[in-house]
Amino acid sequence: MVLVFAENNAGKFKKAAFEAVSYGKKIANQLSCDCAALVIGDASSAGELGVYGADKVLNINDASFADFDAQNYVAAIAEVSNNIGAKLIIVSHSSTGRSLVGGLAARMNAAVISGANALPTLDDGFHVSKNVFSGKGIANFSLNTDVKIISLMGNSIQPENMGAEVSVEHVSVAPGNGRVKVVERKTVSGTVPLPEAELVVSAGRGMGGPDKWGIIDDLANSIGATTACSRPVADTGWRPHHEHVGQTGVAIRPNLYIAIGISGAIQHLAGVSSSKTIVVINKDADAPFFKNADYGVVADLFDVVPKLTEAIKAFKAVNA
Amino acid sequence: MKILVCVSRTPETTANISFSGDNSQLDTNGLQYIMNPYDEWYALVRALELKEQVGGSVSIINVGEAENDPVIRKGLAIGADEAIRIDAKPTSSLFVAKEIAAYAKDQGFDLIMLGKESIDYNGSLIGGMLAELMALPYISYATSMDLNGNTATLNREIEGGTEICEVETPFVLSAAKGMAEQRIPNMRGIMMAKRKPLNVVPSAGSDNLENVSSYQVVSKDRNIKILDPENMEELVRLLHEEAKVI
Ligand SMILES: Cc1cc2nc3c(=O)[nH]c(=O)nc-3n(C[C@H](O)[C@H](O)[C@H](O)COP(=O)(O)OP(=O)(O)OC[C@H]3O[C@@H](n4cnc5c(N)ncnc54)[C@H](O)[C@@H]3O)c2cc1C
Repeated sequence: MVLVFAENNAGKFKKAAFEAVSYGKKIANQLSCDCAALVIGDASSAGELGVYGADKVLNINDASFADFDAQNYVAAIAEVSNNIGAKLIIVSHSSTGRSLVGGLAARMNAAVISGANALPTLDDGFHVSKNVFSGKGIANFSLNTDVKIISLMGNSIQPENMGAEVSVEHVSVAPGNGRVKVVERKTVSGTVPLPEAELVVSAGRGMGGPDKWGIIDDLANSIGATTACSRPVADTGWRPHHEHVGQTGVAIRPNLYIAIGISGAIQHLAGVSSSKTIVVINKDADAPFFKNADYGVVADLFDVVPKLTEAIKAFKAVNA
Repeated sequence: MKILVCVSRTPETTANISFSGDNSQLDTNGLQYIMNPYDEWYALVRALELKEQVGGSVSIINVGEAENDPVIRKGLAIGADEAIRIDAKPTSSLFVAKEIAAYAKDQGFDLIMLGKESIDYNGSLIGGMLAELMALPYISYATSMDLNGNTATLNREIEGGTEICEVETPFVLSAAKGMAEQRIPNMRGIMMAKRKPLNVVPSAGSDNLENVSSYQVVSKDRNIKILDPENMEELVRLLHEEAKVI
Protein backbone atom coordinates (compact mmCIF):
# COMPACT_ATOMS: atom_id res chain seq x y z
CA MET A 1 0.00 0.00 0.00
CA VAL A 2 1.10 3.56 -0.76
CA LEU A 3 -0.16 6.16 1.72
CA VAL A 4 -0.46 9.80 0.62
CA PHE A 5 -1.03 12.50 3.21
CA ALA A 6 -3.35 14.90 1.34
CA GLU A 7 -3.08 18.30 2.96
CA ASN A 8 -6.19 20.41 3.15
CA ASN A 9 -7.01 23.88 4.29
CA ALA A 10 -10.44 24.02 5.95
CA GLY A 11 -11.63 21.16 3.75
CA LYS A 12 -10.18 22.50 0.49
CA PHE A 13 -7.40 20.72 -1.36
CA LYS A 14 -4.67 22.51 -3.24
CA LYS A 15 -3.05 21.38 -6.44
CA ALA A 16 -0.09 20.04 -4.43
CA ALA A 17 -2.39 17.49 -2.77
CA PHE A 18 -3.66 16.29 -6.16
CA GLU A 19 -0.08 16.08 -7.46
CA ALA A 20 0.89 13.94 -4.46
CA VAL A 21 -2.08 11.63 -4.97
CA SER A 22 -1.38 11.15 -8.71
CA TYR A 23 2.29 10.59 -7.90
CA GLY A 24 1.35 8.01 -5.26
CA LYS A 25 -1.02 6.22 -7.62
CA LYS A 26 1.63 5.98 -10.34
CA ILE A 27 4.07 4.41 -7.91
CA ALA A 28 1.33 2.11 -6.57
CA ASN A 29 0.75 0.94 -10.15
CA GLN A 30 4.45 0.19 -10.53
CA LEU A 31 4.40 -1.73 -7.23
CA SER A 32 1.06 -3.42 -8.09
CA CYS A 33 -0.62 -2.19 -4.92
CA ASP A 34 -3.31 0.32 -3.93
CA CYS A 35 -2.95 3.99 -3.12
CA ALA A 36 -4.73 5.36 -0.06
CA ALA A 37 -5.06 9.07 0.73
CA LEU A 38 -5.17 10.25 4.33
CA VAL A 39 -7.06 13.42 5.21
CA ILE A 40 -6.86 14.96 8.67
CA GLY A 41 -9.76 17.27 9.48
CA ASP A 42 -12.65 18.29 7.20
CA ALA A 43 -13.08 15.58 4.55
CA SER A 44 -16.34 16.85 3.05
CA SER A 45 -14.81 17.18 -0.42
CA ALA A 46 -12.16 14.45 -0.02
CA GLY A 47 -13.98 12.06 -2.35
CA GLU A 48 -12.51 13.97 -5.29
CA LEU A 49 -9.05 12.66 -4.37
CA GLY A 50 -10.28 9.47 -6.06
CA VAL A 51 -10.37 11.31 -9.37
CA TYR A 52 -6.61 11.94 -9.07
CA GLY A 53 -5.83 8.33 -8.23
CA ALA A 54 -6.69 7.52 -4.61
CA ASP A 55 -8.22 4.03 -4.37
CA LYS A 56 -9.59 4.97 -1.00
CA VAL A 57 -9.67 7.95 1.30
CA LEU A 58 -9.07 7.58 5.03
CA ASN A 59 -10.11 10.37 7.36
CA ILE A 60 -9.14 11.31 10.88
CA ASN A 61 -11.62 13.82 12.21
CA ASP A 62 -10.72 14.42 15.81
CA ALA A 63 -10.69 17.77 17.58
CA SER A 64 -7.26 17.07 19.04
CA PHE A 65 -5.81 17.56 15.53
CA ALA A 66 -7.59 20.86 14.86
CA ASP A 67 -4.40 22.84 15.54
CA PHE A 68 -1.39 21.90 13.46
CA ASP A 69 1.19 20.29 15.72
CA ALA A 70 3.89 18.51 13.73
CA GLN A 71 4.53 15.95 16.45
CA ASN A 72 0.84 14.97 16.66
CA TYR A 73 0.47 14.75 12.90
CA VAL A 74 3.59 12.60 12.61
CA ALA A 75 2.25 10.20 15.25
CA ALA A 76 -1.15 9.98 13.55
CA ILE A 77 0.21 9.42 10.03
CA ALA A 78 2.65 6.80 11.33
CA GLU A 79 -0.13 4.99 13.17
CA VAL A 80 -2.36 4.85 10.09
CA SER A 81 0.59 3.77 7.97
CA ASN A 82 1.39 0.90 10.33
CA ASN A 83 -2.26 -0.15 10.51
CA ILE A 84 -2.62 -0.45 6.75
CA GLY A 85 0.90 -1.81 6.21
CA ALA A 86 2.05 1.04 3.95
CA LYS A 87 5.42 0.55 2.27
CA LEU A 88 5.66 4.13 1.10
CA ILE A 89 4.41 7.39 2.62
CA ILE A 90 4.16 10.49 0.44
CA VAL A 91 3.64 14.07 1.60
CA SER A 92 3.83 17.35 -0.35
CA HIS A 93 7.05 19.34 0.04
CA SER A 94 5.02 22.29 1.37
CA SER A 95 5.57 24.09 4.69
CA THR A 96 3.33 21.52 6.34
CA GLY A 97 4.87 18.54 4.56
CA ARG A 98 8.39 19.71 5.35
CA SER A 99 7.47 19.93 9.04
CA LEU A 100 6.37 16.30 8.93
CA VAL A 101 8.74 14.44 6.64
CA GLY A 102 11.75 14.35 8.98
CA GLY A 103 9.69 13.34 12.00
CA LEU A 104 8.04 10.54 10.02
CA ALA A 105 11.40 9.18 8.92
CA ALA A 106 12.71 9.25 12.48
CA ARG A 107 9.58 7.69 13.96
CA MET A 108 9.44 4.89 11.40
CA ASN A 109 13.22 4.57 11.11
CA ALA A 110 12.68 4.82 7.37
CA ALA A 111 14.84 5.98 4.47
CA VAL A 112 13.67 9.37 3.27
CA ILE A 113 14.06 11.82 0.40
CA SER A 114 12.69 15.32 0.84
CA GLY A 115 11.80 17.37 -2.22
CA ALA A 116 11.77 14.56 -4.80
CA ASN A 117 11.49 16.00 -8.31
CA ALA A 118 10.42 12.92 -10.33
CA LEU A 119 8.96 9.44 -10.12
CA PRO A 120 11.26 6.78 -8.65
CA THR A 121 12.99 4.14 -10.77
CA LEU A 122 12.45 0.67 -9.40
CA ASP A 123 14.44 -1.63 -11.68
CA ASP A 124 17.48 -1.86 -9.40
CA GLY A 125 16.45 -0.96 -5.86
CA PHE A 126 14.43 2.22 -5.19
CA HIS A 127 15.99 5.38 -6.62
CA VAL A 128 14.53 8.89 -6.51
CA SER A 129 16.10 12.17 -7.57
CA LYS A 130 15.97 15.66 -6.11
CA ASN A 131 17.59 19.01 -6.77
CA VAL A 132 20.55 19.73 -4.52
CA PHE A 133 22.96 22.62 -3.98
CA SER A 134 20.09 25.04 -4.50
CA GLY A 135 19.32 23.85 -8.00
CA LYS A 136 22.94 23.56 -9.17
CA GLY A 137 22.87 19.76 -9.15
CA ILE A 138 20.65 16.71 -9.03
CA ALA A 139 21.26 13.81 -6.64
CA ASN A 140 19.88 10.34 -7.12
CA PHE A 141 19.03 8.81 -3.73
CA SER A 142 18.81 5.12 -3.09
CA LEU A 143 16.26 4.38 -0.32
CA ASN A 144 17.27 1.20 1.45
CA THR A 145 14.54 0.36 3.99
CA ASP A 146 11.33 -1.62 3.71
CA VAL A 147 9.16 1.43 4.48
CA LYS A 148 10.17 4.58 2.59
CA ILE A 149 9.20 8.25 2.83
CA ILE A 150 9.07 10.88 0.10
CA SER A 151 8.12 14.54 0.12
CA LEU A 152 7.25 15.66 -3.39
CA MET A 153 8.41 19.03 -4.72
CA GLY A 154 5.55 21.09 -6.17
CA ASN A 155 5.16 21.24 -9.97
CA SER A 156 7.23 18.07 -10.43
CA ILE A 157 4.35 16.15 -11.97
CA GLN A 158 0.89 17.26 -12.99
CA PRO A 159 -2.26 15.92 -11.32
CA GLU A 160 -4.00 13.48 -13.68
CA ASN A 161 -7.50 12.14 -13.95
CA MET A 162 -6.89 8.55 -12.98
CA GLY A 163 -10.16 7.39 -11.45
CA ALA A 164 -13.47 8.46 -10.00
CA GLU A 165 -14.82 9.86 -6.72
CA VAL A 166 -14.41 7.44 -3.82
CA SER A 167 -16.10 7.23 -0.47
CA VAL A 168 -14.42 8.40 2.71
CA GLU A 169 -13.67 5.90 5.44
CA HIS A 170 -13.24 7.16 9.01
CA VAL A 171 -10.30 5.87 10.99
CA SER A 172 -9.34 6.61 14.57
CA VAL A 173 -5.91 7.00 16.07
CA ALA A 174 -4.55 7.93 19.48
CA PRO A 175 -5.57 11.55 20.13
CA GLY A 176 -2.99 14.34 19.86
CA ASN A 177 -1.41 15.64 23.04
CA GLY A 178 -1.93 19.32 22.23
CA ARG A 179 1.43 20.79 23.24
CA VAL A 180 1.37 23.43 20.49
CA LYS A 181 -1.46 25.94 20.67
CA VAL A 182 -2.31 27.86 17.51
CA VAL A 183 -3.34 31.38 18.48
CA GLU A 184 -3.99 32.81 15.04
CA ARG A 185 -3.76 31.91 11.34
CA LYS A 186 -3.44 34.52 8.64
CA THR A 187 -3.62 33.40 5.06
CA VAL A 188 -3.45 35.69 2.08
CA SER A 189 -6.40 34.80 -0.07
CA GLY A 190 -6.68 35.43 -3.76
CA THR A 191 -3.13 34.89 -4.94
CA VAL A 192 -1.41 31.56 -5.37
CA PRO A 193 1.46 31.18 -2.87
CA LEU A 194 4.90 31.39 -4.50
CA PRO A 195 5.99 27.76 -4.07
CA GLU A 196 2.86 26.62 -5.95
CA ALA A 197 2.73 29.36 -8.56
CA GLU A 198 3.04 28.36 -12.21
CA LEU A 199 3.58 31.93 -13.36
CA VAL A 200 5.82 34.34 -11.47
CA VAL A 201 6.66 38.00 -12.12
CA SER A 202 9.69 39.10 -10.12
CA ALA A 203 11.41 42.45 -9.75
CA GLY A 204 14.70 43.66 -8.29
CA ARG A 205 16.64 46.71 -7.31
CA GLY A 206 16.27 48.09 -10.82
CA MET A 207 12.82 49.27 -9.68
CA GLY A 208 14.57 52.07 -7.83
CA GLY A 209 12.13 52.18 -4.90
CA PRO A 210 9.04 50.67 -3.33
CA ASP A 211 6.53 53.11 -4.81
CA LYS A 212 6.75 51.93 -8.41
CA TRP A 213 5.45 48.38 -8.03
CA GLY A 214 2.14 49.17 -9.72
CA ILE A 215 3.53 48.20 -13.13
CA ILE A 216 4.70 44.86 -11.69
CA ASP A 217 1.29 44.16 -10.16
CA ASP A 218 -0.41 45.10 -13.44
CA LEU A 219 1.78 42.70 -15.39
CA ALA A 220 1.26 39.93 -12.83
CA ASN A 221 -2.51 40.47 -12.82
CA SER A 222 -2.65 40.37 -16.62
CA ILE A 223 -1.56 36.71 -16.60
CA GLY A 224 -2.65 35.72 -13.08
CA ALA A 225 0.95 35.47 -11.86
CA THR A 226 2.31 35.62 -8.32
CA THR A 227 4.85 38.35 -7.55
CA ALA A 228 8.36 37.76 -6.22
CA CYS A 229 11.49 39.85 -5.63
CA SER A 230 15.25 39.69 -5.17
CA ARG A 231 16.81 39.64 -1.72
CA PRO A 232 17.95 43.28 -1.39
CA VAL A 233 14.43 44.35 -2.29
CA ALA A 234 13.02 42.36 0.63
CA ASP A 235 15.89 43.34 2.93
CA THR A 236 15.26 47.04 2.43
CA GLY A 237 11.56 46.54 3.03
CA TRP A 238 10.40 47.48 -0.48
CA ARG A 239 8.54 44.18 -0.58
CA PRO A 240 7.51 41.61 2.06
CA HIS A 241 9.96 38.86 3.04
CA HIS A 242 7.82 36.02 1.76
CA GLU A 243 8.39 37.30 -1.81
CA HIS A 244 12.19 36.85 -1.57
CA VAL A 245 13.32 34.13 -3.97
CA GLY A 246 16.79 32.65 -4.33
CA GLN A 247 19.24 30.51 -2.49
CA THR A 248 18.37 32.04 0.87
CA GLY A 249 14.75 32.73 0.01
CA VAL A 250 12.05 30.60 -1.54
CA ALA A 251 13.24 28.18 -4.23
CA ILE A 252 10.70 27.98 -7.04
CA ARG A 253 10.27 26.15 -10.33
CA PRO A 254 7.35 27.78 -12.12
CA ASN A 255 6.53 27.36 -15.80
CA LEU A 256 7.28 31.03 -16.43
CA TYR A 257 9.60 33.35 -14.51
CA ILE A 258 9.77 36.97 -15.65
CA ALA A 259 12.74 38.77 -14.04
CA ILE A 260 12.58 42.55 -14.17
CA GLY A 261 15.49 44.76 -13.10
CA ILE A 262 17.28 41.82 -11.50
CA SER A 263 20.97 41.36 -12.34
CA GLY A 264 21.02 37.56 -12.02
CA ALA A 265 23.49 37.00 -9.16
CA ILE A 266 24.37 33.36 -8.63
CA GLN A 267 22.47 33.29 -5.31
CA HIS A 268 19.37 34.60 -7.05
CA LEU A 269 19.67 32.11 -9.91
CA ALA A 270 20.06 29.25 -7.45
CA GLY A 271 16.44 29.65 -6.42
CA VAL A 272 14.87 30.24 -9.82
CA SER A 273 16.96 28.50 -12.47
CA SER A 274 14.76 25.40 -12.47
CA SER A 275 11.96 27.52 -13.96
CA LYS A 276 10.82 26.13 -17.29
CA THR A 277 10.90 29.39 -19.23
CA ILE A 278 12.77 32.52 -18.12
CA VAL A 279 12.23 36.03 -19.49
CA VAL A 280 14.69 38.75 -18.49
CA ILE A 281 14.07 42.46 -18.79
CA ASN A 282 17.13 44.57 -17.99
CA LYS A 283 18.62 47.76 -19.42
CA ASP A 284 22.16 46.41 -19.12
CA ALA A 285 22.92 44.03 -22.00
CA ASP A 286 25.78 42.57 -19.94
CA ALA A 287 23.61 41.62 -16.96
CA PRO A 288 24.51 38.01 -16.06
CA PHE A 289 20.86 36.98 -16.05
CA PHE A 290 20.81 37.07 -19.89
CA LYS A 291 23.10 34.01 -19.85
CA ASN A 292 20.37 32.07 -18.06
CA ALA A 293 17.31 33.24 -19.94
CA ASP A 294 15.18 31.99 -22.81
CA TYR A 295 13.92 35.41 -23.85
CA GLY A 296 15.59 38.74 -23.22
CA VAL A 297 14.59 42.35 -23.62
CA VAL A 298 17.34 44.96 -23.28
CA ALA A 299 15.45 48.11 -22.34
CA ASP A 300 14.36 50.41 -19.55
CA LEU A 301 11.85 48.46 -17.54
CA PHE A 302 9.63 51.49 -17.01
CA ASP A 303 9.10 51.67 -20.79
CA VAL A 304 8.84 48.04 -21.61
CA VAL A 305 6.85 46.49 -18.75
CA PRO A 306 3.67 48.52 -19.43
CA LYS A 307 4.03 47.63 -23.14
CA LEU A 308 4.28 43.95 -22.29
CA THR A 309 1.19 44.22 -20.08
CA GLU A 310 -0.73 45.89 -22.92
CA ALA A 311 0.39 43.21 -25.39
CA ILE A 312 -0.76 40.48 -23.00
CA LYS A 313 -4.13 42.15 -22.46
CA ALA A 314 -4.61 42.44 -26.21
CA PHE A 315 -3.67 38.78 -26.62
CA LYS A 316 -6.05 37.72 -23.83
CA ALA A 317 -8.87 39.75 -25.34
CA VAL A 318 -8.57 37.73 -28.56
CA ASN A 319 -7.73 34.35 -27.04
CA ALA A 320 -9.93 34.39 -23.94
CA MET B 1 18.16 29.24 29.42
CA LYS B 2 20.36 26.50 28.00
CA ILE B 3 20.26 26.60 24.21
CA LEU B 4 21.71 24.21 21.64
CA VAL B 5 22.13 25.40 18.05
CA CYS B 6 22.82 22.84 15.33
CA VAL B 7 25.11 24.22 12.63
CA SER B 8 26.18 22.65 9.37
CA ARG B 9 28.99 23.42 6.99
CA THR B 10 27.97 24.09 3.38
CA PRO B 11 29.73 25.22 0.20
CA GLU B 12 29.60 29.01 -0.02
CA THR B 13 26.77 30.46 -2.04
CA THR B 14 28.72 31.44 -5.19
CA ALA B 15 30.47 28.05 -5.43
CA ASN B 16 30.36 26.28 -8.76
CA ILE B 17 29.21 22.76 -8.12
CA SER B 18 30.69 19.79 -9.98
CA PHE B 19 30.95 16.07 -9.33
CA SER B 20 33.83 13.65 -9.53
CA GLY B 21 34.57 9.94 -9.44
CA ASP B 22 32.04 8.97 -12.12
CA ASN B 23 29.55 11.45 -10.68
CA SER B 24 29.46 9.58 -7.40
CA GLN B 25 30.62 12.45 -5.19
CA LEU B 26 30.85 16.20 -4.86
CA ASP B 27 34.08 17.55 -6.30
CA THR B 28 35.49 19.40 -3.29
CA ASN B 29 38.52 20.67 -5.18
CA GLY B 30 38.80 24.38 -4.54
CA LEU B 31 35.44 24.59 -2.77
CA GLN B 32 35.16 27.25 -0.08
CA TYR B 33 32.89 26.53 2.88
CA ILE B 34 30.71 28.63 5.14
CA MET B 35 28.37 28.04 8.03
CA ASN B 36 24.93 27.30 6.60
CA PRO B 37 23.38 30.82 6.43
CA TYR B 38 20.07 29.81 8.02
CA ASP B 39 21.86 28.27 10.99
CA GLU B 40 24.14 31.26 11.37
CA TRP B 41 22.05 34.33 10.57
CA TYR B 42 18.81 33.23 12.13
CA ALA B 43 19.14 30.36 14.61
CA LEU B 44 22.49 31.24 16.19
CA VAL B 45 21.96 34.99 16.34
CA ARG B 46 18.49 34.64 17.88
CA ALA B 47 19.91 32.20 20.44
CA LEU B 48 22.55 34.77 21.40
CA GLU B 49 19.92 37.50 21.70
CA LEU B 50 17.86 35.29 24.04
CA LYS B 51 20.92 34.61 26.16
CA GLU B 52 21.59 38.36 26.36
CA GLN B 53 17.99 38.87 27.52
CA VAL B 54 17.49 36.10 30.03
CA GLY B 55 20.96 34.69 30.71
CA GLY B 56 22.13 31.15 30.22
CA SER B 57 24.39 29.60 27.63
CA VAL B 58 24.54 28.90 23.92
CA SER B 59 26.24 25.72 22.67
CA ILE B 60 26.69 24.90 19.01
CA ILE B 61 26.87 21.36 17.72
CA ASN B 62 28.08 19.97 14.41
CA VAL B 63 28.45 16.45 13.09
CA GLY B 64 31.57 16.34 10.95
CA GLU B 65 35.27 15.82 10.66
CA ALA B 66 38.13 18.10 11.69
CA GLU B 67 37.86 20.02 8.40
CA ASN B 68 34.71 21.62 9.89
CA ASP B 69 36.56 23.28 12.76
CA PRO B 70 37.08 26.70 11.08
CA VAL B 71 33.33 27.02 10.50
CA ILE B 72 32.64 25.96 14.10
CA ARG B 73 35.18 28.50 15.38
CA LYS B 74 33.28 31.18 13.51
CA GLY B 75 30.20 30.28 15.55
CA LEU B 76 32.24 30.77 18.70
CA ALA B 77 33.54 34.09 17.35
CA ILE B 78 29.97 35.28 16.76
CA GLY B 79 29.30 34.55 20.42
CA ALA B 80 28.50 30.91 21.24
CA ASP B 81 29.96 29.81 24.58
CA GLU B 82 31.10 26.35 23.60
CA ALA B 83 31.07 23.99 20.64
CA ILE B 84 30.63 20.27 20.28
CA ARG B 85 31.77 18.41 17.20
CA ILE B 86 30.65 14.82 16.88
CA ASP B 87 33.52 13.24 15.04
CA ALA B 88 31.88 11.47 12.11
CA LYS B 89 31.33 11.92 8.40
CA PRO B 90 27.75 13.22 8.06
CA THR B 91 26.34 10.73 5.58
CA SER B 92 22.57 11.19 5.80
CA SER B 93 20.07 13.39 7.61
CA LEU B 94 18.80 10.69 9.94
CA PHE B 95 22.37 9.75 10.79
CA VAL B 96 23.12 13.35 11.78
CA ALA B 97 19.89 13.69 13.76
CA LYS B 98 20.50 10.45 15.65
CA GLU B 99 24.05 11.52 16.51
CA ILE B 100 22.87 14.91 17.83
CA ALA B 101 19.96 13.36 19.74
CA ALA B 102 22.28 10.80 21.35
CA TYR B 103 24.47 13.63 22.61
CA ALA B 104 21.72 16.09 23.58
CA LYS B 105 19.21 13.84 25.28
CA ASP B 106 20.70 13.99 28.78
CA GLN B 107 21.97 17.56 28.66
CA GLY B 108 18.80 19.37 29.71
CA PHE B 109 18.63 21.88 26.86
CA ASP B 110 15.63 24.24 27.08
CA LEU B 111 15.68 24.97 23.40
CA ILE B 112 17.20 23.36 20.32
CA MET B 113 17.47 25.62 17.29
CA LEU B 114 18.59 25.21 13.68
CA GLY B 115 18.07 26.87 10.32
CA LYS B 116 15.04 25.93 8.22
CA GLU B 117 17.23 24.02 5.77
CA SER B 118 20.83 23.70 4.69
CA ILE B 119 21.77 25.21 1.37
CA ASP B 120 23.50 22.04 0.13
CA TYR B 121 20.90 19.27 0.34
CA ASN B 122 17.97 21.60 1.06
CA GLY B 123 16.40 18.80 3.08
CA SER B 124 14.55 20.53 5.95
CA LEU B 125 14.74 17.19 7.71
CA ILE B 126 16.94 17.36 10.77
CA GLY B 127 14.73 19.57 12.97
CA GLY B 128 11.71 17.30 12.67
CA MET B 129 13.88 14.22 13.15
CA LEU B 130 15.48 15.62 16.30
CA ALA B 131 12.10 16.57 17.75
CA GLU B 132 10.79 13.08 17.14
CA LEU B 133 13.90 11.33 18.48
CA MET B 134 13.80 13.48 21.62
CA ALA B 135 9.98 13.47 21.93
CA LEU B 136 9.84 17.27 21.85
CA PRO B 137 7.39 19.58 20.06
CA TYR B 138 8.67 20.92 16.72
CA ILE B 139 8.01 24.41 15.43
CA SER B 140 9.20 24.78 11.85
CA TYR B 141 9.86 27.88 9.73
CA ALA B 142 9.65 30.26 12.66
CA THR B 143 10.16 33.91 11.70
CA SER B 144 10.05 35.25 15.26
CA MET B 145 10.07 33.95 18.80
CA ASP B 146 9.45 35.71 22.09
CA LEU B 147 9.84 34.11 25.48
CA ASN B 148 7.76 34.79 28.54
CA GLY B 149 8.99 32.49 31.29
CA ASN B 150 8.71 29.01 29.83
CA THR B 151 6.14 29.98 27.22
CA ALA B 152 7.33 30.85 23.74
CA THR B 153 5.16 32.74 21.26
CA LEU B 154 6.21 32.17 17.69
CA ASN B 155 5.31 33.32 14.22
CA ARG B 156 5.75 30.64 11.61
CA GLU B 157 5.37 30.44 7.86
CA ILE B 158 2.54 28.26 6.62
CA GLU B 159 1.20 27.63 3.11
CA GLY B 160 0.23 31.06 1.81
CA GLY B 161 0.39 32.86 5.14
CA THR B 162 1.55 32.90 8.72
CA GLU B 163 0.52 31.35 11.99
CA ILE B 164 1.05 32.48 15.56
CA CYS B 165 1.49 29.65 18.03
CA GLU B 166 2.47 29.03 21.63
CA VAL B 167 4.50 26.24 23.12
CA GLU B 168 6.33 25.54 26.37
CA THR B 169 10.06 24.89 26.48
CA PRO B 170 11.77 22.57 25.77
CA PHE B 171 11.10 22.29 22.05
CA VAL B 172 12.89 22.22 18.70
CA LEU B 173 12.68 25.21 16.39
CA SER B 174 13.73 25.74 12.77
CA ALA B 175 14.45 29.38 12.00
CA ALA B 176 13.59 31.27 8.82
CA LYS B 177 14.26 34.79 7.61
CA GLY B 178 13.01 37.46 9.99
CA MET B 179 14.12 35.65 13.16
CA ALA B 180 17.27 37.79 13.54
CA GLU B 181 19.85 39.82 11.64
CA GLN B 182 23.27 38.53 10.63
CA ARG B 183 26.12 39.40 13.05
CA ILE B 184 29.66 39.87 11.80
CA PRO B 185 32.23 38.59 14.30
CA ASN B 186 34.54 41.34 15.59
CA MET B 187 38.25 41.10 16.42
CA ARG B 188 37.59 40.51 20.12
CA GLY B 189 35.15 37.71 19.30
CA ILE B 190 37.67 36.08 16.99
CA MET B 191 40.39 36.25 19.66
CA MET B 192 38.08 34.91 22.36
CA ALA B 193 36.90 32.07 20.12
CA LYS B 194 40.40 30.60 20.22
CA ARG B 195 40.11 30.06 23.97
CA LYS B 196 36.55 28.73 24.02
CA PRO B 197 36.05 24.97 24.26
CA LEU B 198 35.52 22.95 21.08
CA ASN B 199 34.80 19.48 22.42
CA VAL B 200 35.26 16.62 20.03
CA VAL B 201 33.09 13.67 21.00
CA PRO B 202 33.05 10.22 19.39
CA SER B 203 30.21 9.09 17.14
CA ALA B 204 27.39 7.01 18.57
CA GLY B 205 27.70 4.83 15.47
CA SER B 206 24.23 5.47 14.01
CA ASP B 207 23.18 3.68 10.83
CA ASN B 208 22.51 4.98 7.33
CA LEU B 209 19.21 4.15 5.67
CA GLU B 210 19.70 5.92 2.38
CA ASN B 211 22.61 7.02 0.27
CA VAL B 212 23.24 9.09 -2.82
CA SER B 213 24.06 6.75 -5.68
CA SER B 214 24.87 9.38 -8.29
CA TYR B 215 24.86 13.10 -9.03
CA GLN B 216 24.50 15.19 -12.11
CA VAL B 217 25.09 18.85 -12.83
CA VAL B 218 22.02 20.77 -13.89
CA SER B 219 22.80 22.16 -17.30
CA LYS B 220 22.00 25.82 -17.50
CA ASP B 221 22.23 26.00 -21.26
CA ARG B 222 19.46 28.16 -22.50
CA ASN B 223 19.57 29.67 -25.96
CA ILE B 224 18.41 33.19 -25.46
CA LYS B 225 16.34 35.07 -28.00
CA ILE B 226 16.75 38.82 -27.70
CA LEU B 227 13.56 40.67 -28.56
CA ASP B 228 12.84 44.14 -29.87
CA PRO B 229 11.56 46.27 -26.94
CA GLU B 230 9.13 47.95 -29.36
CA ASN B 231 7.53 44.63 -30.24
CA MET B 232 6.20 43.02 -27.07
CA GLU B 233 3.48 41.36 -29.17
CA GLU B 234 6.25 39.10 -30.49
CA LEU B 235 7.28 38.10 -26.94
CA VAL B 236 3.66 37.29 -26.11
CA ARG B 237 3.38 35.20 -29.29
CA LEU B 238 6.55 33.25 -28.41
CA LEU B 239 5.40 32.66 -24.82
CA HIS B 240 2.14 31.31 -26.18
CA GLU B 241 3.22 29.36 -29.26
CA GLU B 242 6.81 28.36 -28.57
CA ALA B 243 7.17 28.16 -24.78
CA LYS B 244 3.46 27.36 -24.32
CA VAL B 245 3.38 28.97 -20.89
CA ILE B 246 0.57 31.48 -21.38
C1 LIG C 1 25.13 34.53 1.21
C2 LIG C 1 24.29 35.28 0.22
C3 LIG C 1 23.02 34.82 -0.07
C4 LIG C 1 22.22 35.51 -0.99
N1 LIG C 1 20.96 35.02 -1.28
C5 LIG C 1 20.22 35.67 -2.21
C6 LIG C 1 18.92 35.20 -2.56
O1 LIG C 1 18.43 34.20 -2.02
N2 LIG C 1 18.21 35.87 -3.50
C7 LIG C 1 18.68 36.99 -4.12
O2 LIG C 1 17.97 37.54 -4.96
N3 LIG C 1 19.89 37.46 -3.79
C8 LIG C 1 20.66 36.84 -2.85
N4 LIG C 1 21.88 37.36 -2.53
C9 LIG C 1 22.25 38.68 -3.08
C10 LIG C 1 22.80 38.60 -4.49
O3 LIG C 1 24.19 38.35 -4.44
C11 LIG C 1 22.57 39.93 -5.24
O4 LIG C 1 23.16 40.96 -4.49
C12 LIG C 1 21.10 40.24 -5.45
O5 LIG C 1 20.43 39.15 -6.03
C13 LIG C 1 20.98 41.44 -6.36
O6 LIG C 1 19.64 41.87 -6.43
P1 LIG C 1 19.12 42.65 -7.71
O7 LIG C 1 19.38 41.85 -8.91
O8 LIG C 1 17.72 43.04 -7.42
O9 LIG C 1 19.98 44.00 -7.66
P2 LIG C 1 21.21 44.45 -8.54
O10 LIG C 1 22.28 43.44 -8.58
O11 LIG C 1 21.55 45.81 -8.06
O12 LIG C 1 20.63 44.52 -9.99
C14 LIG C 1 19.71 45.47 -10.43
C15 LIG C 1 19.58 45.27 -11.92
O13 LIG C 1 18.56 46.12 -12.41
C16 LIG C 1 18.98 46.66 -13.66
N5 LIG C 1 18.28 47.94 -13.81
C17 LIG C 1 18.44 49.09 -13.10
N6 LIG C 1 17.59 50.03 -13.53
C18 LIG C 1 16.87 49.49 -14.55
C19 LIG C 1 15.84 49.97 -15.41
N7 LIG C 1 15.35 51.23 -15.29
N8 LIG C 1 15.35 49.16 -16.37
C20 LIG C 1 15.84 47.88 -16.49
N9 LIG C 1 16.81 47.38 -15.70
C21 LIG C 1 17.32 48.17 -14.74
C22 LIG C 1 20.47 46.81 -13.55
O14 LIG C 1 21.05 46.77 -14.84
C23 LIG C 1 20.84 45.57 -12.71
O15 LIG C 1 21.15 44.46 -13.55
C24 LIG C 1 22.71 36.69 -1.62
C25 LIG C 1 23.99 37.13 -1.31
C26 LIG C 1 24.79 36.44 -0.42
C27 LIG C 1 26.17 36.95 -0.14
